[in-house]
Amino acid sequence: MILRGKCHKFGNDVNTDYIISGKYKFKTLDMNELAKHVMEDLDPDFYNKITPGDFIVAGSNFGCGSSREQAPLAIKYAKIGAVIAKSFARIFYRNAINTGLPVIECDTDKINAGDELEVDLSKGIIRNLTTGEDIPIKPLPEVMIKILNDGGLIEHFKKYGTFNF
Amino acid sequence: MGKTIIEKILSQKSGVDAYAGQIVVADVDYVMGQDGTAPLAIKSFKEMGGKKVFDPEKVVFVIDHSAPSPNEGVSRLHKLMREFRDEHGIDFHDIGDGVCHQVVPESGKVGPGSLVVGADSHTCTYGALNAFATGVGSTDLAAAIISGKLWFKVPESIKFVLKGKLPKGVFAKDLILYLIGDVTADGATYMAAEYTGEAISDLSMDGRFTIANMAIEMGAKAGLMEADEKTFAFVKEHGGRDFTPVFADPDAVYAKILEYDVSELEPMVAKPHTVDNTAKVTEVAGTPIHQAVLGTCTNGRLEDLRIAAKILEGRKIHPRTRLIVAPASRKIFLRAMEEGLIKIFVEAGAAVVTPGCGPCVGTHNGIPSDGENVISTANRNFKGRMGNSNAFIYLASPATVAASAIAGEIADPRPYF
Ligand code: SF4
Repeated sequence: MILRGKCHKFGNDVNTDYIISGKYKFKTLDMNELAKHVMEDLDPDFYNKITPGDFIVAGSNFGCGSSREQAPLAIKYAKIGAVIAKSFARIFYRNAINTGLPVIECDTDKINAGDELEVDLSKGIIRNLTTGEDIPIKPLPEVMIKILNDGGLIEHFKKYGTFNF
Repeated sequence: MGKTIIEKILSQKSGVDAYAGQIVVADVDYVMGQDGTAPLAIKSFKEMGGKKVFDPEKVVFVIDHSAPSPNEGVSRLHKLMREFRDEHGIDFHDIGDGVCHQVVPESGKVGPGSLVVGADSHTCTYGALNAFATGVGSTDLAAAIISGKLWFKVPESIKFVLKGKLPKGVFAKDLILYLIGDVTADGATYMAAEYTGEAISDLSMDGRFTIANMAIEMGAKAGLMEADEKTFAFVKEHGGRDFTPVFADPDAVYAKILEYDVSELEPMVAKPHTVDNTAKVTEVAGTPIHQAVLGTCTNGRLEDLRIAAKILEGRKIHPRTRLIVAPASRKIFLRAMEEGLIKIFVEAGAAVVTPGCGPCVGTHNGIPSDGENVISTANRNFKGRMGNSNAFIYLASPATVAASAIAGEIADPRPYF
């Protein structure tokens, strides 16, 4: 799978309250509605700046805080192609894979705001088209590759009725 | 090779001789969802083709985050949860029963050696009972509700050895804030924290829950303790069945062993907007406070209410400050009434609200205004956490919160002890 898009850069410890505030998430299961408020506390106009396929690029511990699955879903429904970070909080990481949002661990110091990126998931490489640099991706555990390939955990269960690894 | 507590529990529940780094599929003993996460889990359950719950006695939904419902949207989601209960006969706690992380331990269904998943990040709280309990998302929750299983990567563990005795006026909350400040918000990511030592054995179960509750604030998957007489007494008091405690082997392998002497510890405060942004109370004393909050799954237990009441008894809160009290459960609320604590709070000028999450997560019950400072016994002070990103949240112990409510500014509680 090859993804292409522009980078929106954030810092370390972007928590789930910043991704989607509790004041919205408890109200509705309409993810298109939640998507409009994605990252609002860090950048009030963020939703309007997204071109479908763009990347969120961040430092370490992305998605720390609550277990709300609305966080990766809001990002996915805002049409972000993938989240790229130095590291992820574990619940967010699981939730992203389960809901089919690609999450990529790599050295994000080599990516600047606005850079154009090409992500080759099967080769495990990010090509920074702006700087010309190649950045290796940390591989996913096999269980997660299986779930992603099935299109998320819901599809996996639809197919097998239970866990099938 | 020896095993840590979590390696042992995951081995027992998966039937695999498991060590850190391995991936296992394990049986779960109890599965919990709350009103912020269960509705999405119900949606996933349906989309997955789920027809039946694997065991209705092992699944519980709790309405605590927005209880009672503040608006129509939330009411619709609560209704969805109640309909699921009616259809599947699962355990259920409706509004007023309390915060999930207090009602689950009080249900007697979780104890030493249990494996629990909850769609709430502070599910790690039950680690105080020697259980492996961890937070998951709604889709993982739905998978567990259907299959009674979930996959786990066996984590490495960090062992915290806590020596010495806590000084007067210094509590479990101060200790855990200190530890988080020291190891930072992602210091234990992908790992389990094991807490041991004299300072832990000395704590009541209420104090231990506070410590285990905040393991996630250092990124940990779980915060575990060994079981002792206090653990068994707690489980027995709440009608729990026989559980088999799990001890770490002496030759277990840890990612790190960190030793601390707690005997010089001072009351601690986490400053806005991260939990690891900690300071001694003396460094922030004098900061004006507009709202004080006593409650939540971190510090809304009976011992917490008793400590705060000891300070508030016969006194009035500062005119600048409002105080909101939310007992962690209906049981605690009742005990606090019997002991006269609620009367003390109300006479001091507090607003007592429904047992549950209270104002912790910004859905209702006390949303601060722009530029206001809040001091709370909760576990998170992220920007916008309480429903307004222009407010400032400080975290502290029940004693510090009570002392600050009286002073109208952050105050050291030690003179009261
Ligand atoms: S009290 Fe706060 S931290 Fe605890 S479960 Fe409720 S919202 Fe979450």
